[in-house]
Amino acid sequence: MKSAVIVFPGSNCDRDAHDAIEKVTGHKPAMVWHQESDLPEGTEFIMVPGGFSYGDYLRCGAMASRSAIMPAIVAHAATGAPVLGVCNGFQILTESGLLPGALMRNAGLKFVCEKAKLKVENANTRFTSHYEGGAELIVPIAHHDGNYFADADTLDRIEGEGQVVFRYGNNPNGSARDIAGITNEQGNVMGMMPHPERAVDANHGGTDGLKLFESLLGSA
Amino acid sequence: MTQYAEGITAEIVKEHGINDEEYAVILERLGRAPNMVELGIFSVMWSEHCSYKSSRAHLGKFPTSGEKVIQGPGENAGVIDIGDGQACIFKMESHNHPSYIEPYQGAATGVGGILRDVFTMGARPVALMNALRFGAPDHAKTTHLVSGVVAGIGGYGNCVGVPTVGGETNFHAGYNGNILVNAMAVGLADTDNIFYARGAEPGQPIVYVGSKTGRDGIHGATMASAEFDDQSEEKRPTVQVGDPFVEKKLIEACLELMATDAIAAIQDMGAAGLTSSSVEMADKGGIGIHLDMDKVPQRESHMTAYEMMLSESQERMLVIMKPGREDVAYDIFKKWELDVAVIGETTDSGRMVLTHKGETVCDIPVAPLADDAPKYERPYFPPEARAQLNAKDIAKPDHMGDILLKLMSSPDMASKAWIWKQYDRHVMADTAASSEDPSDAAIVRVHGTKKALAITTDCTPRYCFADPYEGGKQAVAEAWRNLTATGADPIAITDCLNFGNPEREEIMGQFVGCIEGMAEACDVLSFPVVSGNVSLYNETNGVAIPPTPAVGGVGLIPDMDQRAGFGGMKEGNILLVVGETNGAMGASVYLKEIEGREDGGAPLVDLKTEKLHGDFVRGQIRAGRLTACHDLSDGGLACGAADMALASDCGIKLAHEPESTVPMHGFLFGEDQARYLLAAEKEDAIAILQDAKAEEVPVQVVGLAGGTAITVNGAHPLELDRLRAAWEGWMPGLMDKLVEAAE
Repeated sequence: MKSAVIVFPGSNCDRDAHDAIEKVTGHKPAMVWHQESDLPEGTEFIMVPGGFSYGDYLRCGAMASRSAIMPAIVAHAATGAPVLGVCNGFQILTESGLLPGALMRNAGLKFVCEKAKLKVENANTRFTSHYEGGAELIVPIAHHDGNYFADADTLDRIEGEGQVVFRYGNNPNGSARDIAGITNEQGNVMGMMPHPERAVDANHGGTDGLKLFESLLGSA
Repeated sequence: MTQYAEGITAEIVKEHGINDEEYAVILERLGRAPNMVELGIFSVMWSEHCSYKSSRAHLGKFPTSGEKVIQGPGENAGVIDIGDGQACIFKMESHNHPSYIEPYQGAATGVGGILRDVFTMGARPVALMNALRFGAPDHAKTTHLVSGVVAGIGGYGNCVGVPTVGGETNFHAGYNGNILVNAMAVGLADTDNIFYARGAEPGQPIVYVGSKTGRDGIHGATMASAEFDDQSEEKRPTVQVGDPFVEKKLIEACLELMATDAIAAIQDMGAAGLTSSSVEMADKGGIGIHLDMDKVPQRESHMTAYEMMLSESQERMLVIMKPGREDVAYDIFKKWELDVAVIGETTDSGRMVLTHKGETVCDIPVAPLADDAPKYERPYFPPEARAQLNAKDIAKPDHMGDILLKLMSSPDMASKAWIWKQYDRHVMADTAASSEDPSDAAIVRVHGTKKALAITTDCTPRYCFADPYEGGKQAVAEAWRNLTATGADPIAITDCLNFGNPEREEIMGQFVGCIEGMAEACDVLSFPVVSGNVSLYNETNGVAIPPTPAVGGVGLIPDMDQRAGFGGMKEGNILLVVGETNGAMGASVYLKEIEGREDGGAPLVDLKTEKLHGDFVRGQIRAGRLTACHDLSDGGLACGAADMALASDCGIKLAHEPESTVPMHGFLFGEDQARYLLAAEKEDAIAILQDAKAEEVPVQVVGLAGGTAITVNGAHPLELDRLRAAWEGWMPGLMDKLVEAAE
């Protein structure tokens, strides 16, 4: 599977994303600078990594969502190809309109870093097909603005369409309906606050994130 | 010769922290009176913060070399060899004064500054640590300061994407007027690609990169070299403001530039900004320097040369490039949307010449700024020796479980999850153990290898106050012990020496005593000092902080599969204590929390014994015999056992021999040094005891793992659930008061 990791000034999980993808797929992803306007030829999977793109100035993800590379990502998503946004990447995907809702400041108003309990709500996506439905996972989180919000109609709709993919076991940030990760209606774009790329190694963060990348590889 | 240049008075000289004697030296070296710019430059270069004028006479006592030392003190950070062509670069630094005045920015810029010290040398920063000391929990300012400092450390470290993996936090009334914020950064580089401040030659371009220069932080170094008084909060404008986003870009841009061969010398602009960075590179290269102040990127209009030279605006670096290679820097820094400008060149004049708006505003020799900085042999006297205090001299409590509960929920012992949950500990995906994990040191894998760094910060100010010499030894020994307890080979330390006003003989006595104790420990344990920082004048209205020589230790775990933590104890495991327990109670946590006393001598540290016991424990870890290993320090055996029980979620049945000459509370809570608590399966425990006998290491069976409580001789039960609730509950309870106050 040919992958690309998007790098913005202030991205800081780009290397972790690179290494996790390489570990599972056996291929090094291309690192694509935000000022590019095209993706490398033949790119299948795009990962928008975590960090503090543009310093989180203005609003988390807002400036990145208007960067030069973004139209190429939107066009790529429209072809039905997989796009994963993690943490700041999730914020960028909601800001760019690829995913519904928004990420607000954590309810506790503080940055939260912990190994979060997650439940796989929908194992029938190309990101989660290697998990059992209802499986409980431990995946690290680290964010200040991970409080997922959408209006009640949107929440009902995404619940109904199976777009809620991960839910927190112990809501760390006040997210509506304990939502930790969602997909778009087509199921090819996913955003999540927890970091699966930090859970691919027994010596660091556990291995509960491996199956996410394996699912993607299997679906490609 | 005129005494003062135009516009300068005796009062202005005094405000610059320059005394009569020092001013006379300036007049003599210049052969004339300095102008305002020159006075400002001397003022910061000769400040305590930059010149170490009170401390230099004693810092030479530290052992600073060793087989694995590539660079000792004197550069931006220390460098050690970790094999395979790789080096670890690290340093700890204080940001005490600014953090008290403006906790968020003070702490944040402390993190930014220490990161720059490490990546200036070519290292990618891989870990941050911090050692924090706050005033009494019930002091009016404490919760506000804790909240601001923690948010500042997190706000900066989280954004730059370097994990904050560990540290320590103490509370004591002695810090009510002066908190301590000591930050440590650790980085990795290849041994053949390390960058130094030395190496510049005449005729090379001087390139300024990073943020623009503003008016923030002017006189920061001078502020950090004076005591506080009731008006100290008015110094808020001297605290700098950090921008971690710029720092992150600066790290990436500098590492990109360092991958080329275009750099001759490089220095970050830290305390005293443009002044100290340019003077240090000029001095170390034995050259002169010419700067055109009109070319300095400026954030504000109408800045004077004086302001630009003394500004401590953050996230700036000064690079001396090889001639003709300026374009390399321009391309990289423009890509990262950072300022870059050639602002001058090196010369062979040996002088620092500054021009601004067509005029020469400074023309002084470089050498006196660095070499002729005052060096004081301040008078001192050692504090009065205190008698040792043993548990036999203290009344025996009734219920040991109640005492343990009280100790484990006391300010220094209670869980600090409230703090470390605000730090990203996992970014970079190499953190094998951080504050949340049952490990005596943080463990960070060397990316792409099976090696790992073990990192710890340690100091017990109670001991240093009781006995500076023994306390100094203990700070180093405990760092060595914490690294050892993970299975690491301890390699070297950085230090951050926090003390009161050195012009007072008793404070200088504490300083000298601590240094001599530390030096002795470094020597015997082959654990040299490779970098460090001194912070004096931590004093308000004549009241000094407890002496706090914080130690940051680094060790290497050759194979990640051969390491230990204290969370793996299993039901049926035998518990063993390595080292002798005599019930030392002087300056102990027990004495403070239970008896309300802080007297008695510090526990004695026998360094040969430390080495013997530590080497024994490391051998047992590598032999794979331990399910858990924990150093014993604050709160003694019982608190160490409580940590192990909580982390392993398994009770412990401790056994105290009734015939023992050590009373039960001394056995449980005594803080005798050179001890470790081990847990092992029965067969392994037998093997450990056999080895111990052969190697003449005292090892005692102290209990058995099992059940849901900690008991002693089948009595004094403390249920783990109750212990956990109290241990975890103290800090949130304290911080909730802040929320209540706000509402």
